[in-house]
Amino acid sequence: MLRLTCPVCGATGEETEFHAGGEAHLKRFGPGSTDEDFRDYLFQRQNPRGVHFERWRHQYGCGKWFHVARCTQTLEVFGSYTAQTSTVPDHIQSAIKARRPDWEPAQ
Amino acid sequence: MKRYSAFAIAREAFRHHTGWERAWRSPQPKAEYDVVIVGAGGHGLATAYYLAKNHGITNVAVVEKGWLGGGNTGRNTTIIRSNYLQPSSMAIFEKSRGLYEDLSQDLNYNIMFSPRGVMMLAQTEHELRAWKRTAHANRIAGIESEMVTPQQIQEMIPIIQTAGPRYPVLGGLWQARGGSARHDAVAWGYARAASNMGVDIIQQCEVIGVDRDASGVTGIQTTKGAIRTKKLCIVVAGNSGVLADMAGFKLPVESVALQALVSEPIKPALDCVVMANTVHGYMSQSDKGEMVIGGGADSFNNYTQRGSFHHLEETVRALIETFPMVSRLKMLRHWGGIVDMTGDRSPIIGTTPVPGVFINCGWGTGGFKAIPGSGWATAEMLADGAPRALAAPFALDRFTQGRMIDESVAAAVAH
Ligand SMILES: Cc1cc2nc3c(=O)[nH]c(=O)nc-3n(C[C@H](O)[C@H](O)[C@H](O)COP(=O)(O)OP(=O)(O)OC[C@H]3O[C@@H](n4cnc5c(N)ncnc54)[C@H](O)[C@@H]3O)c2cc1C
Ligand SMILES: [Zn+2]
Repeated sequence: MLRLTCPVCGATGEETEFHAGGEAHLKRFGPGSTDEDFRDYLFQRQNPRGVHFERWRHQYGCGKWFHVARCTQTLEVFGSYTAQTSTVPDHIQSAIKARRPDWEPAQ
Repeated sequence: MKRYSAFAIAREAFRHHTGWERAWRSPQPKAEYDVVIVGAGGHGLATAYYLAKNHGITNVAVVEKGWLGGGNTGRNTTIIRSNYLQPSSMAIFEKSRGLYEDLSQDLNYNIMFSPRGVMMLAQTEHELRAWKRTAHANRIAGIESEMVTPQQIQEMIPIIQTAGPRYPVLGGLWQARGGSARHDAVAWGYARAASNMGVDIIQQCEVIGVDRDASGVTGIQTTKGAIRTKKLCIVVAGNSGVLADMAGFKLPVESVALQALVSEPIKPALDCVVMANTVHGYMSQSDKGEMVIGGGADSFNNYTQRGSFHHLEETVRALIETFPMVSRLKMLRHWGGIVDMTGDRSPIIGTTPVPGVFINCGWGTGGFKAIPGSGWATAEMLADGAPRALAAPFALDRFTQGRMIDESVAAAVAH
């Protein structure tokens, strides 16, 4: 079972309270972009076996979107952080480094 | 290889079964192969078999990190059907279903193909309309599949309750020549026949790196050392993203858990396969008498081969309305597999951005039924260096060109 903490309202709950929203920090492309950029935005995914950054919504709580750093191999959660950022905050990066010393941010 | 037959059983009965040989060899890897296939699931093994049988290419290795058939091929609920919506899906799934019909004879291995019929229930107005559309598309493509009424369904499946109220049965799409087969036997049968033709199946050998130079792939690194090859085919289902990363490209694929469970064995009560897509419940009865129930896919990326309990609960809760007897069954085992989901819920068979590297993945929740056809088409591609008609529509570039093979609209799922 996955337990997540919503950084907006502070509530901790198990996964049925939340809705998974897929990979985080995707760069959005729209009309006028190249086919490759549009494909990357719509379909191409990191899909790592390990550290994954993802979007979640506190569906049966405050309703807000937020970000989570989680390990897809162990389901360990490294931390959750605000939706209003397009990069991974330093404190989350250090939390991951503390548990996964070899981890490097993907390109 | 000694052939399996009634005579062989009689012969062995007289000598205390001391004459059976191992079904496949366990070779050490050679330094170089013409083709290396990563992943000894059904798709990888079938590819190797048809490479040898149809194209005479036998200097082939299938490299497997665990034991053969231990991935999704050994974890699925074995539904076989071909009544998909899109023409290219119908072509490859019908080719596959056709090959299943006499696969036991072809492989000299009883894969227990049982064309007992597959009933896809329509439990909403939308679903009813979608199945009618599929039935018409199937008819045009020459695939046998027909709409049936709730009354017909009640007669064919006495344990069903069609009245609802939450999920009434409004009709169904019936494919009489669909059914199921023994999943392990499919992997074992292909492995035995391929090994007999010279294919090296190397188990307990994890691929940990892909070697390449400016002209393309040159080999792989494994836990049993380096192996050279100019043709590498990645067939690792839920681990496709990991292998693609080793080779240096990205895929439009996400890995999530899909679960199944089986009940205690009971007397025969259900003689066809039932799919209730609206509630994500899939049920058939095994020869042992267990009810085999498949659920829906979990929503978040996951490599643990363990799913979320609440998903199973939702599946069973909804199934109970349609099959009240399920509420009295004790469930014996439950497990998960990691399925490779694409954006249009159709597979990928094709070349990759790295010359010499080919891929077969994205079968997601529904690739068991495709094993023979997919192996056939992938072998063609590896022999020629480019896909032929069966595989061509499933190329990776369809995501760049917007040429989707949309089975997610067709069924929302693709079991
Ligand atoms: C619960 C469940 C129910 C399903 N129900 C159905 C159904 O009813 N009907 C249907 O048609 N389909 C169904 N499916 C889907 C079907 O099981 C799969 O699509 C199919 O089995 C995929 O076969 P495969 O050979 O591609 O993959 P797999 O059988 O998963 O084989 C891939 C192999 O690659 C190996 N591998 C991975 N990484 C490496 C590495 N680095 N080095 C070496 N080897 C590696 C793995 O160990 C594995 O053995 C279901 C799946 C699940 C999980
Ligand atoms: Zn909240």
